[in-house]
Amino acid sequence: MTTETDATETQDAHGATGGTPAGSRRRAANRGAAEGTHDGGRAPLRLTRGKVVGAAVGIAGVVLLILLPLLNLSLPGVLPGPTYTPGSLQLLAMCMLMAAAALTYHLLLGVAGLLSFGHALYFGAGVYGLAIILQNLDIPLLPAMGLTLLVVIVLAHVVGSISLKVSGIPFAMVTLAFAQAGSVVVGRNPEGITGGDEGLTLRTNNLPDFLVGVANTRNLYWLALAVLVAVFVIVTWVQSSRAGHVAAAVRENELRVRVLGLQPYLVKLLIFVVSAVLVCIIGMVFLLLQSGAVPRAVSADLTITLLVMVVLGGVGSRWGAVIGGVFYTILDQRLTTLANSDAIDALPEILRIPLSEPLFILGTLFILVVLFLPGGLTGAAQRLARRRTRRGGDRVQKSREILEEAA
Amino acid sequence: MTAAEEERSIAPAPILRIDGLTAHIAGQQVVEDVSFTVPATGITALLGRNGVGKTSTIKAIIGLIDRTGTVELDGVRVDREPTYKIIRSGVGYVPEDREVFSKLTVAENLRLAERDAAPRRQLVEELFPDLLARSGQMAGTLSGGQQQMVSLARALLNTNKILLVDEPTKGLAPKIVAEVAETLAEAAKTVPILLVEQNLQVVRQLAEGAVVLSGGRVVHTGNALDFLNDDGLTQRLLGVSTEAAHTEAAHTEAAHTASAQTPAPAEKGAAL
Amino acid sequence: MSTLVLLLFTGLGLGALYFLVAAGLSLIYGLMGVLNFAHGAFLTLGAFTGWEIARRTGGDNWWTFLLSLLVGAVAGALFAAFTEFVLIRRLYQRHIEQVLVTVGLSLAAVALFDGIWGTDPVFIQGPAWFKETTDILGARIPNDRFICIIAAVLVLLALVFFLKNTRYGMIIRAGVENRSMVTALGIDVRKAFTLVFTIGGAAAGLGGVLASHYFGYVSPLLGGSLLIFAFIVTVIGGLGSLTGAAVAAVAVAVLQQFANFYLGGTGDFVVVLALALVLLFRPSGLLGRTS
Ligand SMILES: Nc1ncnc2c1ncn2[C@@H]1O[C@H](COP(=O)(O)OP(=O)(O)OP(=O)(O)O)[C@@H](O)[C@H]1O
Ligand SMILES: [Mg+2]
Repeated sequence: MTTETDATETQDAHGATGGTPAGSRRRAANRGAAEGTHDGGRAPLRLTRGKVVGAAVGIAGVVLLILLPLLNLSLPGVLPGPTYTPGSLQLLAMCMLMAAAALTYHLLLGVAGLLSFGHALYFGAGVYGLAIILQNLDIPLLPAMGLTLLVVIVLAHVVGSISLKVSGIPFAMVTLAFAQAGSVVVGRNPEGITGGDEGLTLRTNNLPDFLVGVANTRNLYWLALAVLVAVFVIVTWVQSSRAGHVAAAVRENELRVRVLGLQPYLVKLLIFVVSAVLVCIIGMVFLLLQSGAVPRAVSADLTITLLVMVVLGGVGSRWGAVIGGVFYTILDQRLTTLANSDAIDALPEILRIPLSEPLFILGTLFILVVLFLPGGLTGAAQRLARRRTRRGGDRVQKSREILEEAA
Repeated sequence: MTAAEEERSIAPAPILRIDGLTAHIAGQQVVEDVSFTVPATGITALLGRNGVGKTSTIKAIIGLIDRTGTVELDGVRVDREPTYKIIRSGVGYVPEDREVFSKLTVAENLRLAERDAAPRRQLVEELFPDLLARSGQMAGTLSGGQQQMVSLARALLNTNKILLVDEPTKGLAPKIVAEVAETLAEAAKTVPILLVEQNLQVVRQLAEGAVVLSGGRVVHTGNALDFLNDDGLTQRLLGVSTEAAHTEAAHTEAAHTASAQTPAPAEKGAAL
Repeated sequence: MSTLVLLLFTGLGLGALYFLVAAGLSLIYGLMGVLNFAHGAFLTLGAFTGWEIARRTGGDNWWTFLLSLLVGAVAGALFAAFTEFVLIRRLYQRHIEQVLVTVGLSLAAVALFDGIWGTDPVFIQGPAWFKETTDILGARIPNDRFICIIAAVLVLLALVFFLKNTRYGMIIRAGVENRSMVTALGIDVRKAFTLVFTIGGAAAGLGGVLASHYFGYVSPLLGGSLLIFAFIVTVIGGLGSLTGAAVAAVAVAVLQQFANFYLGGTGDFVVVLALALVLLFRPSGLLGRTS
C-alpha cells in the first residue's frame, strides 16, 4: 500500500472529514438497510387501496369457495361435472392443496431465495408418515398427525442445517440428494412398511367418519380450503414478520445483514423448517383426500412440479403461487384426459406422441414461460394492466431479481 | 486549468470518449453519469479515494459490468459490443489485483492473451526476462510482483489503441513499483494509457492529464501536475495533502526509485 | 476375498458410469455456473439411439456395439449442443433461469421418450462376451464391467489431453477459474460454452450406451436415476474439477456397492451420509476451489 492509500483509508474508516458523496451514499444505504428491517414490522399496518381491494376480493373468493359444494355450477372443459359432484370437488380440493404446497415453496424461493430441489421430502414425509402411523399404531388421527409433524420438524432441522452450509446451486443439488434418499427408502420398502412401488392404502379404522368415503368428499374439500387459507395467512404473516424481512434482506445482500449482526443462517433455517412443516401438513391432508400414498409424493418430480407452479405463476408473488398451483393442476388433469381422447388417437404419429404426453406439453410450456414470460402469469397480467393504466410492472423486475439473488 | 482546457480543445481527437456512463452493481449506482476523454497520446490518470468507482468505471468501459452511456474508441461507438469485441478492437486491460489464471502456467497465461496474428513475444521477453525463466510455473505460485508482470505482459503482447491499467503498483515493493512505472512510461511512448493509481509519486512521474472521481462522478479534470500541486484540491478530493510528497519528490527526483514508497508521517497527520 | 474383488469391480464399473455423467456436469457448472438437469436426458437419448442401432443392425457383435457407442455419443452431443445454443444462450448470466430451462427440458424430454419408446424398460443384447465372466483373484467379474471402466478411463485421458494441450482446453480451464477475465482478454467465451455442453453431452451419450449394457435395459428413467448420483459425485468431488469428479465417482460407487453388500442394502444412504460429511467438513468438495 502506498502512503496515499493508507491515508485515505484511515480517513474513510474514521469518517472524520468524510463528506464525499460516495461515503455518505454508502452510509445512507446501510442506514436504509437497518431501518428496512425495523419498519418491516409495521409494514402490514400500512393499508394501500390495492391491499384493501385484494383482501376484499380474497374474502369474497373464499366465501364463494365455501359455498361451492352447495351450488350447481358447471365449468365445461375445466371441471368434469357440476360443482357439487365428488369428481369436481376432488379436483378442486387437489387444486387447493397444490396451490398451498406451491405457497410453501414460494416461502423458500420467493422469500428466502432458496432454490430447493428437496421439498417433496417433507410433503412425502407427511403423506407416508401419517399413512404408516395409521397403519401400524392404534391411535386416533390427531395424535398421529402430531407424531408425524414431530418427525418432520426433526428431519427438517437436520437436513436444513446441513444443506444451508452451502447456497445457490450447490444447495439445490444437496437438497435433491437428501430428498432422493427419502425417495429411495420408499422405493426399497423396508420390512414392507411403505408398500414399495404399489404405495399404501389409507387405513381408515381410526379416522373420523366424516372424512371417509366418496360421499364425504365435500368435507375433505372444505378441509383443503381451510388448509389453503391457513397456509396463505401464515405465509403472509411470516413474510411480513421480522424474520421475513431479514430473509429478504439476506437474499439481497447477505454480507450487509451479517454486518448488522443478524444471523442469516438461522433465519434461513427457520424459514426452511416452517415451510417444511406446512408442506407436511398439506401432505397429510393430501393422504386423506387420495386415500393412499404413492411413491410420486416423495419424488423429485413433485418438487419440480411445485417449482414449475411457482415459476408459472410468477416468482415472488403469493397470488402467483396460488394461481400457478391451480392452473398447473387443472391443465395437467385436462391434458391427461385429452391424451386419452379419440381425437388425439386419430392424429399421425408425429403429433400424437407429443400431444399424448401431458408432461411434454407442460415442460415445453414451462420453458416458454421462463424464456418469454419473466414474472410468469401474474407478471404478464400486470404488464397488461400497466399497458392500460401506465403503472406497476415491477413484478417482472422483482421475479428477475429474486432469481438472480438465489444463484 | 483554463489553459489546460484550452489546450484540450485544440488537441487532436481523443482516443477514448466516455459520455454519460452510468453503472450499477448489486442495485447500487457506482458510476454516475461519468463523462471524460482520454487523449491519443500519453498517460491520463484516473484518481479518487478508495471506493469512488475507479475500477467500476474501467470495467464499465469494457462492458464487464452492465452500464448505460456512450463509449467511443477511436471515433467508433463500442458500448453495444460484448466485452471480447471491445477488447479485440484494440484495448489492453490490466485489471486491479492482476487476475492472472492461477492454475495456468505463465506461458499459458501469455498464450491465452495473444490476439494479434503476430504477437510481440520478443518485446515481452525483453521487458520481463524473469517471466521467460518461469514460463512453466503455475501463475498462482508467482510473487505479487511477478504476477503483475504477467498481467502487464498480457496487455503488451498485442497492438492496442489504448491500455486501461488499474492500480498496477498496488501492494508492490518500492523497487518493483519503480520497474512497473518504468514499463508504463516505456509503453506510453507508443500507446495512450488510462491509469488508475493511488501512488501519487507514480502519477506525478507519469501522468499528463488527470480525471478525478468522487462518489461515482467526475469532479475534476485537467492537467495532472496542476492538480497535484493544488494542495487544497487534493486535500478535498483525495483527502491527502501532497505538499510533503512533492517537496520530497523534488529531493529525490533523480533517484525516484526509492522515494515512491517512503511513508511521510506528515501526510497521515494532515489527512486526519 | 473374491466377494471383495467382485464388489470392487462392480463399483468401478458403476463409478465409470457416474464419471461419464459427472464429467460433463462438473465442467458445465465450473465454466458456466449452470446446473444441468437435462444431462440425464442426454444420457437417455444416447442409450435409446444406441439400442436402436443394435436393434436395427440386428447383430450382437462388436461392430454393432462400437457403432452404437459412436451413435449414442453423437446423439448426446447434438442434443446438448442444441440445448446450449437454443435455450441456455438466451439466458446468458441468468443462472437460475438457466437451471429452470434445463428442468423444463428434462421433463419434456423424458415425457417424449416415454411417448416414443414406452415407459417399460427395453432389454438389450451386447456381444456375447459381455455376459461371460473373467476370473480375477478367484472372483468371476462380468465382462461388461471392464468395458465401462476402459471407456471411462479413455474418456478421462482424452479430456485431460484436450484440456491441457489445446487452446480451447486452455480457455475452458481459464474460464472455470475466472470467466470474466477470459472475455477481458478478447476471447469469445460463449464458444467454449457450446463446446463444454457438446463434450458433456457426448460423454453422457456414451455413458448411456454403456449404462444400458451394465444394467441390461434402457428406460426413459435411466438418465434421471444416474443423474442424481452424478450430482452427488460433482458436489463431493468439487464443482468444476474433472479430477475431483473422477475420484469422487469411484469413491461413491465403490462405497455404495460395499454398503449395499455388507450393511444390508444401505448403499444410497451411506452415499448421502458421505455427502453430508463432506459438506460439513469441506463444503467446497474434495478437490474444489477453497474460497
Ligand atoms: N461486487 C460488488 N458488490 C457490491 N458493491 C460493489 C461491488 N464492486 C464494487 N462495489 C462498490 O462499488 C463502489 C465502487 O467500487 P470500485 O471498486 O469501483 O472503487 P475504486 O474506486 O476502484 O476503489 P479502490 O481505490 O479501493 O480500488 C464501492 O463502494 C464498492 O463497495
Ligand atoms: Mg479499484
